[in-house]
Amino acid sequence: MKTAAFDYVRAGTVAEALAGLRDGRDARILAGGQSLVPIMALRLAAPEVLVDITRCAELRGSGLDGGVLTVGAAVTDAALERDPGIRSAHPLLVRTLSLIAHPEIRARGTLCGSLAHADPAAELPALLLATDGEVEVDGPEGARRVPAGAFFAGPFTPALAEGEMVVAARLPVPGPTCGWAVDEVSRRPGDFALAGVVCVVDLDESGRCEGARVGLFGVASTPVRSRGAEEVMVGEQPTEAVLDAAAAACFDGIDVQGDEVHASADYRRAAGRALVRRALDTAVRSAGRRVA
Amino acid sequence: MNGEPARVSLRVNGRREVGRAEPRATLAEFLREELGLTGTHVGCEQGVCGACTVVLDGSAVRSCLVFAVQAEDCDVQTVEGLGQDGMHPLQQAFWDAQAVQCGFCTPGFLMTALVALRERDDWDRAGLRERLSGNLCRCTGYQTIVDAVLAAGEAMKDTGEEGRT
Repeated sequence: MKTAAFDYVRAGTVAEALAGLRDGRDARILAGGQSLVPIMALRLAAPEVLVDITRCAELRGSGLDGGVLTVGAAVTDAALERDPGIRSAHPLLVRTLSLIAHPEIRARGTLCGSLAHADPAAELPALLLATDGEVEVDGPEGARRVPAGAFFAGPFTPALAEGEMVVAARLPVPGPTCGWAVDEVSRRPGDFALAGVVCVVDLDESGRCEGARVGLFGVASTPVRSRGAEEVMVGEQPTEAVLDAAAAACFDGIDVQGDEVHASADYRRAAGRALVRRALDTAVRSAGRRVA
Repeated sequence: MNGEPARVSLRVNGRREVGRAEPRATLAEFLREELGLTGTHVGCEQGVCGACTVVLDGSAVRSCLVFAVQAEDCDVQTVEGLGQDGMHPLQQAFWDAQAVQCGFCTPGFLMTALVALRERDDWDRAGLRERLSGNLCRCTGYQTIVDAVLAAGEAMKDTGEEGRT
């Protein structure tokens, strides 16, 4: 299928991109296009103007500063995966990227684009939640930072105002005492997750859980933090019984959705619980190794 | 007025090509209809099947998910660029392994495999199956395709070919 007709603007700077968004017509940012172009081909979206930011030099950089990895909006997933500095500094990010679609998609797809697309089944929004990241936004009212918890307003709906765009993501790197895990269930490698989890746990010197952040994807209308699992974990020695209880509580307060052809909500709940149990175990073990 | 055609200039299989494309024309459409390079096949047109895979600035990508205007000044390799002097080792391996039935997915598999073999020449079967999993084939059951790419990898190692044709 062919997309509806649109005008194409190649922005060389963020200022040009913002000007393109102020066009007065329905304008969208085009970065990797690996989510936007399919929905345009399906005519689920028909923007009148596409503002291509892939050649904005100021959006093509990424860098680590003070324990936070900043990734520009034109940086592809593949570029992050290949970067030796990022591979050693943020292995959780690299492992998460490897779960996304296929290398041919990651060659063009961008991290910030995935955040802005806000697909509830996507991996990176859950990573942003589980690591307390932020999204850097620019727009007519100036630049601002949106915390992960406030960014995913609804299914495919980022908290961006009219004329605003994502310029970068800020990803705090889990500290040396943290353990982490990411896992998902999908029908085939590269398919969207039927349920998925990203978790980061922080253990103190005695092995007690000081902090736990559990992000779930593919199970609700947005990526969500599993407060139930987190509350069970924090303050406890992560024994088998505690991990069991955390997994049992992982959907507390979450409206699990997805009664459709690929998986029922019940399946997603069962798979999600199993994934949380397994991921917390992996995270605790990897944190334990570092503590010891 | 939306979508006026624009001039697009890029390199395809080592040659400078110039054509015109509406903004909504995908790279796949541009290659096929403007440049007449119909070796790149268009299957699902939504990035799922991999039939339209080409190599864009060294990476295998879906040419149905790239607008031609985005490929301005880029370097594109299509299946027509393989084996310009006789068959490329990958093509020969597909022939030998009978990795083709209807052939619709073949150009996409060849371009994905070309990049996969540049990435590493020591694929094991399981790793290669996953590496190729972004390309769909409805005929062969994949066995012979994986056989062919593994064989091509060996052949290219033996002859020192890098598959950069």
